[in-house]
Amino acid sequence: MSKSKTKSRSERNTAFDWINDIIMIILAFIMIYPLWYCVAGSLNEGMDYLRGGVFLWPRKWTLANYKAVFLDKAILNAFGITILKCLIGTVTSLLCTAMVAYAITRPNLKLKKIYIPFIMLTMFFSGGLIPYFILIVNLNLYDSFWVYIIPTMFSAYNMIIIQSFMRDLSAELIESAKLDGAGEYRIFFQIILPLSKPVLATIALFTVVTHWNSYFDSMMYTSSQELQTIQLFLKKVITDPSISRGLGSAAAIAIPDQATTLTPQVVKLATMVVTALPVVCIYPFLQRYFVKGVTMGAVKG
Amino acid sequence: MAVSEKIKKSRNPETRTTGKKRWHFLSNDQFQMQTMIWPGIILCFIFCYIPMYGIIIAFKNYTVLSNMMNAEWVGLKYFREFFNDPALFNVLRNTLILNGLALVFSFPAPILLALFINEIKNLKFKKTIQTISYLPHFLSWVIFGGIVLEMLMPNGVISATLYELGIIAEPINFMAKGEYFYGIYTLISVIKSVGFGSILYVAAITGIDQELYEAATVDGCGRFQKMWYITVPCISGTIVIMLIFQISSILNTGYEQIILLQNSLNLAFSETLDTYVYKVGIAQSRYSYAAAVGLLKSVMSVMLMLIANQTSKKTLGRGLF
Repeated sequence: MSKSKTKSRSERNTAFDWINDIIMIILAFIMIYPLWYCVAGSLNEGMDYLRGGVFLWPRKWTLANYKAVFLDKAILNAFGITILKCLIGTVTSLLCTAMVAYAITRPNLKLKKIYIPFIMLTMFFSGGLIPYFILIVNLNLYDSFWVYIIPTMFSAYNMIIIQSFMRDLSAELIESAKLDGAGEYRIFFQIILPLSKPVLATIALFTVVTHWNSYFDSMMYTSSQELQTIQLFLKKVITDPSISRGLGSAAAIAIPDQATTLTPQVVKLATMVVTALPVVCIYPFLQRYFVKGVTMGAVKG
Repeated sequence: MAVSEKIKKSRNPETRTTGKKRWHFLSNDQFQMQTMIWPGIILCFIFCYIPMYGIIIAFKNYTVLSNMMNAEWVGLKYFREFFNDPALFNVLRNTLILNGLALVFSFPAPILLALFINEIKNLKFKKTIQTISYLPHFLSWVIFGGIVLEMLMPNGVISATLYELGIIAEPINFMAKGEYFYGIYTLISVIKSVGFGSILYVAAITGIDQELYEAATVDGCGRFQKMWYITVPCISGTIVIMLIFQISSILNTGYEQIILLQNSLNLAFSETLDTYVYKVGIAQSRYSYAAAVGLLKSVMSVMLMLIANQTSKKTLGRGLF
């Protein structure tokens, strides 16, 4: 009897519940609003936007800002570089890290006692920014596309997560494949990799988002225009007025009837929306993966 | 059951030794495994261990023209120089204040959020709130920070709202006022990280035995009492570990966020150890000096971590290691 009573009490909405729900809605609004503001501004006419007051809804609708984004060669080039960086960076990093993780899980790997501390140490100590920079310059990686790929190809942290997943896979599978004469590479590519899809998806998501979102690597290790990523391009536009002034000039020539209303601010906002869009679209669907990834990393790492 | 036994067996040192007997030098399988692990090991060596060795330039007079080996030794010259650097006070103060604020606001925020998310009864609503709260984490600093900068403009939404409400007499350019930097930065970091940070705590809360709550309900505990006497103690292990990490990174501010929000007007409030190393080292090419500052920072971070860990072990009985 007491049980049913407590149940009914916990099911009833108290004042606390209402207040909690309202606070949560306000919080959600704060989280979403910046992006909302950006989208509203990017759909508004440039000159009109400068008057201020476009906070919730575009006053004068236009798609010219988005046209301007896709007519700008520098922006398109930056998008191209970023996409290449994400694709190549993620695939190579996953492959390299998963291979190490697989080898580490094999019980008869020689020199394992040396390899494991050798890798683990790198998680706690680093040389710092300056020695790393000098190394990149000395390796001739400075201002080359490969500076985005090679240094991040192996991640000790991800390796730990992947190997802890692989460790739980059935050892019988490997043994029976061995009896059938399969080599280590064959076992890795045809048995272990397909079975590790959940953990690989998690790591891949994090790697893609990190690659897509970072600008510091591009700022530090490249200097030429052709190699800058979209995030660095945006960073320059945000912090350097002399660069942002040129934004939209290509579009002004291509669509002359819009030229008078196009301003750098709104083109910037439109570029931000286009840059944020892939991540915003993907992440809700991959939620279960990254929730798993975070908790897994916390438990094992 | 059979599978787990098999795994146990394969980890058993005895079965491993029988495996070793079969092993021959450069046997096909062993060779393949080694080739799998070498790329990672080589990358580790090049990109982690060589820079560690490169720290020696902090004790040498390294310039663009010299190389690491034959640059002349100068001992602690650059460390002494740093302690006499007029920028030192500002840089240290900003680093400590920004991280102190992070410790007071950014650190507890995800815990609070997790506690209150846990109290939401409607599952669909809860999922939606959680999904939305992750959004700022997935937007890059450039985009999220860039939009916030746009909102903080004199004609932006924040100035306009405060003006309408009569709180300010005229539109303010918030980023032009250096003294606002601490507040703005902390607020942006909290919004950006609170949702994602709560994942860990929500997971920890989900793992708590429901019987504890039932027993507490029978004893007549209210919501807040249950929160305080059951939920918080049950996740305190996670909290302590995160706290130690937070304290050990008290000298790190990261580069991306600060450099983005930094401008010439707020430089006195926004220059931190990290950005200072970046500026002196990369922009001014004073490699040795910047490396010395960076090294000093790392050493202090490690010390802080050890102190935090020891304190936690002594007072709470648990630590990282």
